[in-house]
Amino acid sequence: MSRTKLNDLDPDFKNRVASQPGGEGIKACFACKACTAACPVEAVDKRYDPRKIIRMALLGMKSEVLGSDFIWLCSSCYGCSEVCPQNVRFTEVMFAIKNLAVAEACVPPGLTVQKELLKRHGRLYEVTEFENDKRAKQGLPPITEHPEDYAALLG
Amino acid sequence: MRSFKALSWDGRPCPSSSGVGVLARHSRERKDKVDPMEALLYLGCTVPVRNLNYESSARLTARSLGITLHDHEKFGCCGFPLKSLKAEDTLVVAARNLALAENEGMEICALCNACAGTLTETAHVLDHHPDVKERVNTRLASVGLRYEGPVRVRHFMRLLWEEVGVEAIRESITRPLTDVVLAPHYGCHYLKPSELTAGFDSPDVPKTLAELISVTGAEAVDYPSLKDCCGGGVLGMSEEVANAMARKKLEDVSRTRAHALVLVCPFCNVMYEGQQKKIAKEAGLDLKVPVVYYPQVLGLALGISSKDLGFKLNRVKPKELLDIVEG
Repeated sequence: MSRTKLNDLDPDFKNRVASQPGGEGIKACFACKACTAACPVEAVDKRYDPRKIIRMALLGMKSEVLGSDFIWLCSSCYGCSEVCPQNVRFTEVMFAIKNLAVAEACVPPGLTVQKELLKRHGRLYEVTEFENDKRAKQGLPPITEHPEDYAALLG
Repeated sequence: MRSFKALSWDGRPCPSSSGVGVLARHSRERKDKVDPMEALLYLGCTVPVRNLNYESSARLTARSLGITLHDHEKFGCCGFPLKSLKAEDTLVVAARNLALAENEGMEICALCNACAGTLTETAHVLDHHPDVKERVNTRLASVGLRYEGPVRVRHFMRLLWEEVGVEAIRESITRPLTDVVLAPHYGCHYLKPSELTAGFDSPDVPKTLAELISVTGAEAVDYPSLKDCCGGGVLGMSEEVANAMARKKLEDVSRTRAHALVLVCPFCNVMYEGQQKKIAKEAGLDLKVPVVYYPQVLGLALGISSKDLGFKLNRVKPKELLDIVEG
């Protein structure tokens, strides 16, 4: 593991996280590791460690956090939020961190594809005649796509 | 006066949910009664395309238990997939759907844990933060909508639990599922965050699904990984991590006497049913855990046929379960 140089740290990063909706709780962390112990992702992949991500963010390791692959591994199960004695609400903190990463152009391709689908269909899965035929066979009413609102709202 | 186009079962517009077509024959005769419970059915993205067994069985059991579900043809995605990109986009998209429901003066009944969670969370945020509400409403104005609130959102299971109630369900059972053993899976957003689900069920000691299973006459088994996350939220980023997360529960359930794993969320279904074959192959395991939706189980106990409940769409056939129930 390479050394972290103090000069490369961004002391304001924690404030930027905290100013995002959902990121407010990050500075309350006192590093008890209950989040990590409750995390089902950490249980199968040690790269994703909630406490470590919080400590990195508080230290100002902005590029290491925002540019990492592991921040995208949160399953948003809220297990960490439930056990946190400091009400950090880490699942929401993760969304704040991911939103910052997106603003810095670190976006996994899958997510932008989903947004495009919503703008095009108003839903993640396109509904064609094929799907509606299948629905009719099961006795279900057809689905109509209404992408116009989504295209307007998501610009 | 309702402005939206409610759809009857044969797809024709209809102002009420009196119901026609194949599903209507299970309904109780309630013509001269005021409906005790009405809600707008929120299908989300996945259920109406990939989980027709869940949708059919939910509609049938609701009808049979006196819940009138209306369709709103303008409902779309709840906005959950946008939260990692920009949390405010999720609020705006969810608020769009909440505003549509508000215009109809009805609460929302969601089948998907993620839809229920996202819509509940958005209503909560907008109802408690006037500044956020105004920002969201400014964006909603571009599509001619406005959210005032509050709009209530409940998962289908919560309607069963709170509006129908275990005792009323017990009285409606015509075919008790004696000798059937089932393993419940709640799913994360059904129970958490507890600041949104408070008063419904406990994330630490959940009981609603197990009790709703028991009331059908089946036995609900406990198992070590009962509260595990399915991993569905990670699938788009790392299939390896997601599969590893789902595997333990499939293994645990296969070691119990359960005839099936019972779900209430299409996201969890993607992992436990959709990915099961791959998980088994990668791990060199002989896994064949039938995966069913709770309303399918309830429907059987209410005397509805497995055909109408869409059991032919279940990918790992719950053969033993159906043999016990239908012979």
